[in-house]
Amino acid sequence: MTNAIDIRSATRTFGRTTALDGVSFAVPEGSICGLLGRNGAGKTTIMSIIAGQDRPTSGRVEVLGHGPFENESVLSRISFVRDNQRYPDNYRLGHVLRIAPEFAPNWNADVAAELAEGFRIPTKTDIKKFSRGQLSSVAIILGLASRAAVTLLDEPYLGLDVTARALFHDMLLRDYTAHPRTVLLSTHLIEESEKLFDRVVVVDRGRVRVDSDVDDARDLAFTLSGTTAAVDELARRHTVLRSHTVSGLKSVTVLGAMDDAVRADADGLGARIAPASLQDLVAAFGEESSESIEEGARA
Amino acid sequence: MFADKGPAFQQLAAKIADEIVAGTYPEGTAVPSATDFAVFHQMNPATASKGVNLLVELGALYKKRGIGMFVADGARDLLRSQRREEFRKQYIEPLLREARVLEIDDTELHHMIDEHEEDET
Repeated sequence: MTNAIDIRSATRTFGRTTALDGVSFAVPEGSICGLLGRNGAGKTTIMSIIAGQDRPTSGRVEVLGHGPFENESVLSRISFVRDNQRYPDNYRLGHVLRIAPEFAPNWNADVAAELAEGFRIPTKTDIKKFSRGQLSSVAIILGLASRAAVTLLDEPYLGLDVTARALFHDMLLRDYTAHPRTVLLSTHLIEESEKLFDRVVVVDRGRVRVDSDVDDARDLAFTLSGTTAAVDELARRHTVLRSHTVSGLKSVTVLGAMDDAVRADADGLGARIAPASLQDLVAAFGEESSESIEEGARA
Repeated sequence: MFADKGPAFQQLAAKIADEIVAGTYPEGTAVPSATDFAVFHQMNPATASKGVNLLVELGALYKKRGIGMFVADGARDLLRSQRREEFRKQYIEPLLREARVLEIDDTELHHMIDEHEEDET
């Protein structure tokens, strides 16, 4: 399968701050990929670089087989709406919908109209007065109605009510099946969105920690809990990502697949063992202290 | 095979299997497409295809080229016998384990089951 997005060893520094530190991952064409990680992990910087709105200090990025920076033929096939997208002061929804097709050759007005109605976006209010949720709705309209080969959705859920989130999922999947494209979506609402993804990339402090098929991500880590002695004994042979102790009881998230041997060991020591959910995994990588392991997980 | 908390594609396969066993999708009739399942359950279309294909590999569903996906003859019996195997693992084993922890002996356990059945009827 060809890759729609291919980032190799991308590093981006801003003065003395390293936003991205040797980031490498690829998103296959037609994939809906989740980009997960804490605030400040580097998600928006990664998207900016893919969208050609920024360049890595070193390293390489290819979108649809070409470098996106100042490359009109690639840029016209990418849609990227920042979570803090600004609009001209006097703009209303109608202005945005009229100008959007100028930047999106595959723009579909029906998709835009259906979403605008479903989201109940006010048409007579200036966008600068919109609530957080209404701004997110506008960003989703721009992202989906563009039908761009590469669609980058940066925190599309911010402030969205539950009805709007369901509408977004519904439209994304319906329009995607009719017009397949590559979608990279960043979010903190992991449990709610993980069913949408076929791949996930987890970043923390500018580094890729997980780059995996979503089905394989279940085998990347597991949690052990029980008495401190039992858990310490069980965790000895594993890389601990996160641990939590309360008066003699301990729970840890460790890297690796849960096999029959470790299951039997846990049973023998009276400890509970369970696969780590995607949310556990992201939380664990996000809690890791800076001096701990350098190991990531790839599948 | 169809663990409740498995990957999403297995969960979908389990849901469809439930519906076949329950008779919602009778043998010989069409089931919704993987795309329809994806939109309905708000899940990734590739994942939904994987779930549907699991049942195709098992012989419970079959594809008619250009028409869609159909429930195979004998699918209900096939899935039921599969479930009986699972029943032992998912229900009997944990039941006996918990009974041992609570020091419930076999006689008492049998008695509890009989008593429960009487309550049900």
